Amino acid sequence: MDRELHIRFLRDMLRARRMEERIAQEYTRGNIGGFLHLYPGEEAVAVGVLAAAEPGDYVVTTYRDHVHALVRGIPMRNILAELFGKRDGCSHGMGGSMHMFDAERRFLGGYAIVGEIYPIAIGAAYTVLMRGLPEAVICFFGDGAVNQGTFHESLNMAALWKLPVLFVCENNHYQIGTEIHRHSAVTEVYKRAAAYNIPATKIDGMDVEKVHAHSLEALTRVRAGQGPQFLEFETYRFRGHSMSDPGSYRPTVEVAAYEAQDPIAAELRDLSMHYPDPDSLKSLGLDTSESLGRRYIDKGHLDTAGLEALEAEIRAEIDAAVAFAEAAPEPTLDDARRALRPGLIHETLI
Amino acid sequence: MQTLSYWEALNHALDAEMASDEAVIVLGEDVGLYGGTYRVTEGLYAKYGERRVLDTPISEGSFTGLAVGAAMTGLRPVVEIMTINFALLALDALINMAAKIPFMSGGQFTMPLTVRMPGGVAHQLGAQHSQRLEHTLMNVAGLRIVVPATPQDAYWQLRQAIRADDCVIVLEHEVLNFDKGPVDEAASAPPPHRAVVRRPGRDLTLISYSRMANQALAAAGQLAAEGIEAEVIDLRSLSPIDWDTCAASVRKTGHLLIAEEDSRFAGAGAELAAGLTERCFRSLRAAPLRVAALDLPNAYNKRLEEHTIPQPADIVAAAHALVRDDAEEIVA
Ligand SMILES: Cc1ncc(C[n+]2csc(CCOP(=O)(O)OP(=O)(O)O)c2C)c(N)n1
Repeated sequence: MDRELHIRFLRDMLRARRMEERIAQEYTRGNIGGFLHLYPGEEAVAVGVLAAAEPGDYVVTTYRDHVHALVRGIPMRNILAELFGKRDGCSHGMGGSMHMFDAERRFLGGYAIVGEIYPIAIGAAYTVLMRGLPEAVICFFGDGAVNQGTFHESLNMAALWKLPVLFVCENNHYQIGTEIHRHSAVTEVYKRAAAYNIPATKIDGMDVEKVHAHSLEALTRVRAGQGPQFLEFETYRFRGHSMSDPGSYRPTVEVAAYEAQDPIAAELRDLSMHYPDPDSLKSLGLDTSESLGRRYIDKGHLDTAGLEALEAEIRAEIDAAVAFAEAAPEPTLDDARRALRPGLIHETLI
Repeated sequence: MQTLSYWEALNHALDAEMASDEAVIVLGEDVGLYGGTYRVTEGLYAKYGERRVLDTPISEGSFTGLAVGAAMTGLRPVVEIMTINFALLALDALINMAAKIPFMSGGQFTMPLTVRMPGGVAHQLGAQHSQRLEHTLMNVAGLRIVVPATPQDAYWQLRQAIRADDCVIVLEHEVLNFDKGPVDEAASAPPPHRAVVRRPGRDLTLISYSRMANQALAAAGQLAAEGIEAEVIDLRSLSPIDWDTCAASVRKTGHLLIAEEDSRFAGAGAELAAGLTERCFRSLRAAPLRVAALDLPNAYNKRLEEHTIPQPADIVAAAHALVRDDAEEIVA
């Protein structure tokens, strides 16, 4: 793999991590409102998958969408401006954290209702099918989202009509505060795709290179007209579900129950039940955004000075994005009305 | 008498009903171990166990349907739909099943089902998380809808809903969740559908419900300072509507103002205005007036959000127009 790609992984991982850290700060300062779901810990999935995407591909995602938006190429300042509710935001201040859109980059949106991503994705895939172009639709969702009826309905249609979709499950083990063993009868999500004859694999979602390699392969098959593909990435979110959830719940009843059943708990399984803090995860080498830098230094892709320069460049990008968001104008009621009926701007209603 | 917050009042109501009747079960996303997103089910899992306090997958359509089946066969389920926005996925269970089965079976099956759903416009939650659906549900024969505005009503009306043999939707308001108020657990409750006059007055009738009933009361305070006495009615129930209490007030004041948080177009206020015009046309001295949200989805931007939903000042302005009899200009 070439050095350039490695550096891109590292840059995107660090941009994502640092941006999310800053967003959390701005939220605490009151510059950002509403529900805010952050992504630290899961960056390797967005970065690895989207590095395998082409500009002509469509992306559909959930309310945990800032990093997908960033890696897809939406300028950071437009993401920040959206979070600040401003007119120059990527959804012009109407959408907020959970609803980032960018038509130009074929970013079909973040959706706050769990399970809406699948029908949107297969709809876009149907457009691609009709046009016969080598494009793909990438559909991100969490482990909790696979219990929504639309999952089954959409996977069936996707397989039936060989729709060009890559289904990407970001399995972070939790549906808000409910651990996967308590919300799913089948906890190996990829196996569910088999019921619809969709090729599926489970992959370590903490390793950006693996994520990328598998995504590239799957997308090649999608573009070749082989129908939908399914990837399950095992990952972990370091924070609570959202800013209003400190993640301090410790399901002791659950831990006790599982420990009793499974005395030889594998390290990873054990980890997901104890809700580890970021530091203990780091010591296990799971924090890819941090460890990647070291790995690339070891491989000779980068030296320490290079890493520092990269960090400085990212800090400057974030400061500029925040300054842009602060200075951007507020949207008006007219903007809101235009947003409601963009198709009718030049028409009269009656 | 104790002082409880709205969520605590709901929590006490669930606890009391679960303690007195083993058929009462609670189900929904994160209601168990986690204690409920709005804390309403806190402590119940530890007390009643995982069979009676059931954490569900994100499968609104089917777990609400499950509750319908359970209600037909002897349980008294209380479904928590985390927020009303997700109830859209459960509308088949609510509208086609819960509301229809007693009727379709010729009355052989009762539907002792309670469905709680907090909703309304909170703070910058965006268009998909800032809705009320009362108009959608009001249009369905076979559902009862209560809209508690105070901790006391939250407590009583939830208990009454659980005991009722038909499907009751409890529409809570997310912004009321931490409001505190007196709760008398021993008192005997008024019928759940009875409206209350929260402030008597002679100049106009101001009807509202849920969070907006409290805003209406604040507006009435300001009006009183100018010598305009508004009679504030908190509906408490949207289906059925207590027409008697409302009509008696309109006949007395001759002016009707309705305040609601949802969009004006085809909203609950439209039903109230039409229903009371039919009943009290001769007593009305001006056309009824509605203060409602703009007909827009809720914007994330904070200023637009505040602009979109009515504030007490908007109610005051509408009351002025109504008693001055130049309301038509406002509506235009
Ligand atoms: C239909 C619906 N039901 C419930 C919710 C509330 N809710 C928001 S996120 C969430 C958990 C989703 O978990 P998962 O799909 O695993 O994604 P993660 O948050 O872990 O990324 C729930 C229940 C919702 N947004 N939509």
